[in-house]
Amino acid sequence: MIQLFKMALRDLGRNRRRSFFSSLALGMGLALLLLMASFIKGEMGSAIDLTIRLQSGHLQVRANSYDEVKTSLKWEDLVEDPDQVASQIAALEPVKFATPRLFASGIVAVRDESAGVRIFGIDPLSEANAPYRDGLVSGQFLTSDDREGILIGAPLAERLDLKVGDVATLSVNTSNGDVDEQAFAIRGIYSTQTNGFDSFTVFLPLAKAQTITQAGNHASTILVMLKDIDQTQAVFNALQSSKLKVITWEEMNALILQTEEFAAAYMVVLYLIVLAITATVIMNTLIMAVFERTREIGILAALGMKGRRITAMFLAESSMLAVGGIILGLVLGSLVVAYLTRFGFYIGNMGISGMLIGNTIYPDLTVEDTVTLSITALVVTLLAGLYPAILAARMEPVEALRGGK
Amino acid sequence: MEVTKVENVTRIFKIGKVETRALNNVSLSIENGEFTALVGPSGSGKTTLLQLIGCLDQPTSGRVFVNGKDVSQLNRNQRADMRRGTIGFIFQFFALIPTLTAYENVEMPLLLNGRGASERRERVMQLLEAVDLADRAHHRPDQLSGGEQQRVAIARALSSKPTMILADEPTANLDTTNGQQVMEIMTRLNQETGVTFIFATHDPRVIKYARRVITMRDGAIAENGVVEKVQAGV
Repeated sequence: MIQLFKMALRDLGRNRRRSFFSSLALGMGLALLLLMASFIKGEMGSAIDLTIRLQSGHLQVRANSYDEVKTSLKWEDLVEDPDQVASQIAALEPVKFATPRLFASGIVAVRDESAGVRIFGIDPLSEANAPYRDGLVSGQFLTSDDREGILIGAPLAERLDLKVGDVATLSVNTSNGDVDEQAFAIRGIYSTQTNGFDSFTVFLPLAKAQTITQAGNHASTILVMLKDIDQTQAVFNALQSSKLKVITWEEMNALILQTEEFAAAYMVVLYLIVLAITATVIMNTLIMAVFERTREIGILAALGMKGRRITAMFLAESSMLAVGGIILGLVLGSLVVAYLTRFGFYIGNMGISGMLIGNTIYPDLTVEDTVTLSITALVVTLLAGLYPAILAARMEPVEALRGGK
Repeated sequence: MEVTKVENVTRIFKIGKVETRALNNVSLSIENGEFTALVGPSGSGKTTLLQLIGCLDQPTSGRVFVNGKDVSQLNRNQRADMRRGTIGFIFQFFALIPTLTAYENVEMPLLLNGRGASERRERVMQLLEAVDLADRAHHRPDQLSGGEQQRVAIARALSSKPTMILADEPTANLDTTNGQQVMEIMTRLNQETGVTFIFATHDPRVIKYARRVITMRDGAIAENGVVEKVQAGV
């Protein structure tokens, strides 16, 4: 066995450049796969994470009849006395915080420009606002008693050429189906680095949002964040009641989860394509080696080496090429991934409707992906080496000896 | 006792639609310990006969016996086993594995026979000394001269203690001095170890070492006799 690998190593050493480039092909293939896997994982992970943080929370509690698509503001579709409901929910042990939110649709207009927006009525004191508060680019965050200020996203501010202190008109749908209109000062401009969110979301203090939409003491939803996402089902069960419905992040983000599944399946196809290409390179190298060494194969056969052992000899070579390639791939792959994990990969505004994707992807390379892909690369390379190895073993000694003369 | 016997052997090669009769109804018997030359012009069937005796090939018809065993119908693996245990080969080209040292080349048949490390070491060094190459043990073939390479090949052919060694034009690629040296070593080993040597050649300087000469022509045996008789005609 040791002899087999010793011979394989020396045989590969005969044509060092060719062996190196074959391994490098596999290495680059593997590095590419690691990069793709980490991208998908990073993007999907961040999409879920981002959506939970910015928009959905882990759980939401709404009125049974609430229709998210219509952003209904009718009282019967809303949660009554939301502060009290929120504080009851917040009392549960696994709950980090629970905060009421009121959603409405509206239009921000300034001079002759306007833009359709979603209005988030929020409790400015809640911890849930951390992502917006931390993303404040200029101005200040809202206060609970602010009646004339709004917070807008940086892309919207840029589009409408608005600065902190400027005044814009906000038209809002109301509970009874009318539209109300009021001038607001831009208190602050925020950026969550997520165009799909920042371009369309305008924040108002909850009390002001309730007034302008005539929603009374109601909210669209109670947003619940947990200390641990794995507690979702437990809290979901605990919150069941006849009057309100509870929705989990999985239900709210079904599209992202579906996309993730689709991406995973799509990736498998890409993996196979990349591996098929590298396998062809390896196979080609080994077939060349078999033909170059026809006479030696004849000699070994004449000495009494059986086909099985000749097969093993060439498989030892392909496994060494594979191991070399995998090491190269891991080094190359982790260098690139490490660089991009640190500095990110800017994709700009790639917002797909219904999904929040950050402007920058930070790849996430998991141990599981690394191990799975490395093993897959090894197996595919060994399979690719099987044909040349069998080719060598099937040679008739007489023909093989003649072939080299 | 005969080490090999060939009975009415015919070997036909088909290349495309053309049939070539390399051996035509050849019968032959070789006794243990012989030092026999197969002579004849190229294409006369020497190599084919050696390959059949060496279990590298199978006859189209007729039977080949090695150590009393009919080897003409053995499958690939059985023939490989037969070769490994009983037959050593020396080829015209210096058929060493280029990535292995002289030592490792000689060791290869012992490895294939599953011999232990200490037995291998002892045997390899003994054989390299026998062919005067103990000091070149760790050189690769490309660091050895043609004559040295062929001596390594002789040591390798002997390493698994075969009952016969088949040599196909062993001196064809060597100069006179090296050719003589190789033949002298083969003669000495034949006398010392009693192993049978059968070698194909058309070099008169080599034929003179043989104690029996079998002359082949057009795939058949033309003359078969002890050396004195044939040498007169050379």
